[in-house]
Amino acid sequence: MPEQLLFGAEVFLNGLMAGVMYALVALGFVLIFKASGIFNFAQGVMALFAAMTFVGIQDGQVPFAHLINAIFGTKIHHFGWELHSLAAIFLTSLVMICMAWAVQRFIFQYLVGQEPIILFMATIGLAYFLEGVADLMWGAEIKTLDVCLTDNTCLPQGINQLIDAKTYDWFGYGFFIDNLDISATLVAMLLVTVLIVFSQYTKQGRAMRAVADDHQAALSVGISLNYIWILVWSVAGFVALVAGIMWGAKSGVQFSLSLIALKALPVLMLGGFTSIPGAIVGGLVIGVGEKLFEFLVGPMIGGATENWFAYVLALLFLVFRPQGLFGEKIIERV
Amino acid sequence: MQEVVHTSNAQREIGDVVMAMKHITLRFGGVVAIKDISFDIRAGEIRAIIGPNGAGKSSMLNVISGFYRPQDGEIWFNGQKRRALRPYQVARQGIARTFQNIALFEGMTVLDNVMTGRLTHMNASMFWQAIWQGRAEREEMQNRERAEQVIDFLEIQHIRKTPVARLPYGLKKRVELARALVSEPTLLLLDEPMAGMNVEEKEDMSRFILDVNDEFGTTIALIEHDMGVVMDLSDRVVVMDYGRKIGDGVPSEVRNNQDVIDAYLGVSHD
Repeated sequence: MPEQLLFGAEVFLNGLMAGVMYALVALGFVLIFKASGIFNFAQGVMALFAAMTFVGIQDGQVPFAHLINAIFGTKIHHFGWELHSLAAIFLTSLVMICMAWAVQRFIFQYLVGQEPIILFMATIGLAYFLEGVADLMWGAEIKTLDVCLTDNTCLPQGINQLIDAKTYDWFGYGFFIDNLDISATLVAMLLVTVLIVFSQYTKQGRAMRAVADDHQAALSVGISLNYIWILVWSVAGFVALVAGIMWGAKSGVQFSLSLIALKALPVLMLGGFTSIPGAIVGGLVIGVGEKLFEFLVGPMIGGATENWFAYVLALLFLVFRPQGLFGEKIIERV
Repeated sequence: MQEVVHTSNAQREIGDVVMAMKHITLRFGGVVAIKDISFDIRAGEIRAIIGPNGAGKSSMLNVISGFYRPQDGEIWFNGQKRRALRPYQVARQGIARTFQNIALFEGMTVLDNVMTGRLTHMNASMFWQAIWQGRAEREEMQNRERAEQVIDFLEIQHIRKTPVARLPYGLKKRVELARALVSEPTLLLLDEPMAGMNVEEKEDMSRFILDVNDEFGTTIALIEHDMGVVMDLSDRVVVMDYGRKIGDGVPSEVRNNQDVIDAYLGVSHD
């Protein structure tokens, strides 16, 4: 096979892996939008908040240390322990559940039945508030996220060398795939499986779908809307945690992490705002499209196409298929 | 409509009071929707609430099902005074309802819609449900069986797998009845079950309501403003007008009540 084609195939594979990362972020948006019609602008900040909380708990940082020290004149910064990352994930999940409860109790409980634009504005407020809380709780410095993902101990040693060697044997060309991307793909697959099983087979999942469809009808079969919304925000919080860890491992835990929300927008436009498979496929299409476009067309027009390609693709979709690939069809009855 | 005959009246037993409304008053700002109304519903009966448009019938149903909270009065259910409950808590107590403007899960199939009526009967934990084992599996089988029974009973087998959004109005009403019925309610509330139906559909629905009452012994409270239908269907009737109760009794009594005749024929209210 010609070298050029194989290189293209490698770009394609890497695009798929990048797409998985986009899909992870988009998933959180879809969950909340489906169940409550809220476009949650704060999803990116939730990922940031989750990642910072994860690092903070793992390193034994004292939350609100600066505040406490300023008020009481103390000098505490660390508890002096290092937690296992699984324990940290568990504790961070609990924090995200508390956050979900607070968001429902103090914001959206008062906004039931409001216009979508008002709900959207509320999530913008939530985004900035949460960013402030994250800063106050854990400090603003860039942190490295220390899970097995970053030092490649999650997967058997040298799995990418193995792929490289095998593909070299078969094609005479070694494929390079980042270890982090392989782990991200596996984690994403597991997460999506769990989400689908949860929403299809459990009572809570059915109730979630019911609430997404019709509030009155849901109430009449004995579903508590409040409970379901807290549940949905908790699940979205957990998805944000997974996305935050993945992206944090890739590029460090810093405030620009919240901008991954912007990466999810074109994915949502492609996949539809209401479809979990749509978020996955949309993420993959954008990941692959971005990388292939840069590889094939980039050199002709001076490169740096990755910055805008996804948005142009999303624009095209808005023109020709506004409901996205898998979104519910928009039918206007006259 | 008139040919629907209440054949089984004799065999059925009208039991104790299931629900008692005592001096219910409901206001929206300055508007009094319900004014000091008391009545009861007995086990096994079909109880109708009738009255002209704007009489407060739907408000009354919404009070019973917890969607509205009355400012005054007491609600007694199963011999106990009920505290202020939210709609989902009322549903969990065994009071199912349908809506005047159909509230179904449009995106789901008929079967899925009916299955949501069984949510209150699922008690296995989330984990076991997810892996489909043990108690969760048994419950799911029971619920499914029950759902299929009700679907057969209401003759909607042929549309089991059809998304509800595609169904015509009359069938949607029947699916909604199925979803309410499958929860095996102590009290079934029907808000204008025959509104907007043609004669044939009305006859079908009347037959189903009678059959449900006969076969399952379900206590039913329904709202209707078509006098003819109500008189044939129900055991006892409450008549409302301008938020007040103007009549209460068996259909023949109510039919001859002067206030009721005035309300329906229209007499100036001074």
